[in-house]
Amino acid sequence: MNKPLPNSFRQGPDSRGRFGQFGGRFVAETLMPLILEVEQAYDSAKADPAFDAEWRRLLKDYVGRPSPLWYAGRLTEHLRAEAKDPNLGAKVYFKRDELNHTGAHKINAVLGQILLARRMGKTRIIAETGAGQHGVATATACALFNLPCTVFMGATDVERQQPNVFRMKLLGAEVIPVTSGAATLKDAMNEALRYWVANIEDTYYCIGTVAGPHPYPVMVRDFQSVIGEEARVQMQEAEGRLPDALVAAIGGGSNAMGLFYPFLDDPSVAMYGVEAAGHGVDTEQHAASLTKGRPGVLHGNRTYLLQDGDGQITEAHSISAGLDYPGVGPEHSWLHELGRVQYVHATDDDALAAFQLCSKLEGIIPALEPAHALAHVIRQAPTLPRDSIILMNLCGRGDKDIFTVARHLGVEM
Amino acid sequence: MSRIASKFAALKAAGRGALVTYLQGYDPDGATSLAILRGLPGAGADLIEVGVPFTDPMADGPSIQRAAQRALKAGASLPGVLALVRDFRRDDDTTPIILMGYYNPILAFGVDSFCTEAAASGVDGLIVVDVPPEEADEIEPQAKAAGLDLIRLVAPTTDDERLPRVLAATSGFVYYVSITGITGTRSASAASLEAAIPRIRQHTGLPIAIGFGIRTPMQAAEAAKLADGAVVGTALVDTLAASLNEDGTARSETVRLVLDQVRALAEAVHAG
Repeated sequence: MNKPLPNSFRQGPDSRGRFGQFGGRFVAETLMPLILEVEQAYDSAKADPAFDAEWRRLLKDYVGRPSPLWYAGRLTEHLRAEAKDPNLGAKVYFKRDELNHTGAHKINAVLGQILLARRMGKTRIIAETGAGQHGVATATACALFNLPCTVFMGATDVERQQPNVFRMKLLGAEVIPVTSGAATLKDAMNEALRYWVANIEDTYYCIGTVAGPHPYPVMVRDFQSVIGEEARVQMQEAEGRLPDALVAAIGGGSNAMGLFYPFLDDPSVAMYGVEAAGHGVDTEQHAASLTKGRPGVLHGNRTYLLQDGDGQITEAHSISAGLDYPGVGPEHSWLHELGRVQYVHATDDDALAAFQLCSKLEGIIPALEPAHALAHVIRQAPTLPRDSIILMNLCGRGDKDIFTVARHLGVEM
Repeated sequence: MSRIASKFAALKAAGRGALVTYLQGYDPDGATSLAILRGLPGAGADLIEVGVPFTDPMADGPSIQRAAQRALKAGASLPGVLALVRDFRRDDDTTPIILMGYYNPILAFGVDSFCTEAAASGVDGLIVVDVPPEEADEIEPQAKAAGLDLIRLVAPTTDDERLPRVLAATSGFVYYVSITGITGTRSASAASLEAAIPRIRQHTGLPIAIGFGIRTPMQAAEAAKLADGAVVGTALVDTLAASLNEDGTARSETVRLVLDQVRALAEAVHAG
């Protein structure tokens, strides 16, 4: 049952929520009935055309989808000038999910989950957040649907993402700083799970990424797949063919799964997931769970984790709070082991350089998360033929990061 | 007969319930932890749960989270906890020891070798909090082969449809989580327990211990009377924590204070 089906990369997960050996439902008995309830509700919602219609209406009229596909012409020319050979230098396209309402791709899956929570009769919403993008998206949807919202955020992240904390509060959410552990995203998720167990009757837990116990990884992937589905159509219109390579940043991996999934069975499309290498993957300060971790169980699923020899989870590090997580979605672990997606990495410094280059050349200030993806594009595009096409998910805008970046560049604000 | 089954049989014959005590292994250090462990049977603990420290204890409240952090700081590991049990077993061959923890440290150790070594070290049962019956094949065959009981949690959220499935995957005893929540944060009402325990008894002949939220001797006595045992964890961890120096190290009275509290709990449970 756990073996991948030979002719498709798009048939997972199995009935146990497994992608190969990864995924599953590793939660305490107190949570298990809730997880099963969410699974049942999601299965029935998926089969209901009215649910899909309502979600798509919100994506169109509230979020502003479809997000544009942008040919990054100046960046392309810049990278061609860097190429060793005039025949090299791929065309670079951006899928502009940073133009979504709330400034990132997170809102796609949040709206789906909030509609699901309403369908389940839940009257309170909780969420975890790292950079604050998922927290802002959840607080936004809760404002729209008049649902009380509590966001758990590591105290360290509360400090470094003040603008998003203020946004969430403006939107009416309660932000609870979590001080346990390293006080970052992993600890926020622990705390949200603990709160959920104690408030099962009325509360829905809106998870921000393709991780957690089944059905969250598949559900968030399904909602985020709108990114890749749109991009397929848009690329056909723009170029009359599919791209040669997809590139996306990987924290938990929701924006990447959303872009990759609709292309998984197109063998001509190469895929690159870019992990955060922090100060470098050979230091202790990074968040590259697929590059440097090994399989384990945390937060309800089996997946690649940063851990020590005794199975204790180690702290991740990245300049980007959104990538600062010691695990990764289980489907990525599976695609990594199958070799369908190549997982590479970019350091804090690479991301900072890409952040500035994109701002100057394209007039787009990217979030630090997709700046990691862009760092890989900057490396790879000059090595590919001129007629090849790279599509990168520009999954968030950088307004939230300008203070962090200014500090790293030694600028007083 | 296993130590767990013998203990519950002996208690039943004596007409009283069990006091089950929980402490985190290596909290606040290996030597203090061993001294407490050795003192527990004499203070009246009938069964002992030893928590295996983990960085991300998602079913535990703040007290046990901090206990895990102290233990990890003191160098705790799964092999270290097994060594603790081996040391305890030198003087005590009858008190059942149950390891309670999370799955990842076991995975890192290797499930097969962990089960073999745990049994060889004198462990009698396992509570692996984040391996529900749906994932039982991860560890059940190895635990069975090694003669370890797999004790499962039953929660108020475990409905009648699900209950038989959970109980079928349980051996040793049933751990009834009396509240919907994490450890040590609230207490169940006597009325809700009076309804819950017969519901579980309809489906199993195994002994039932009630845990999560039992703090006082009176609560422990009531729970042990209603079911077959009462688990006290956070209240003991809190006493231990309150006895420590500011830097989290043990003081000379740490062991005595914890054991005094166990004596008070045992008196109430045994009188019941």
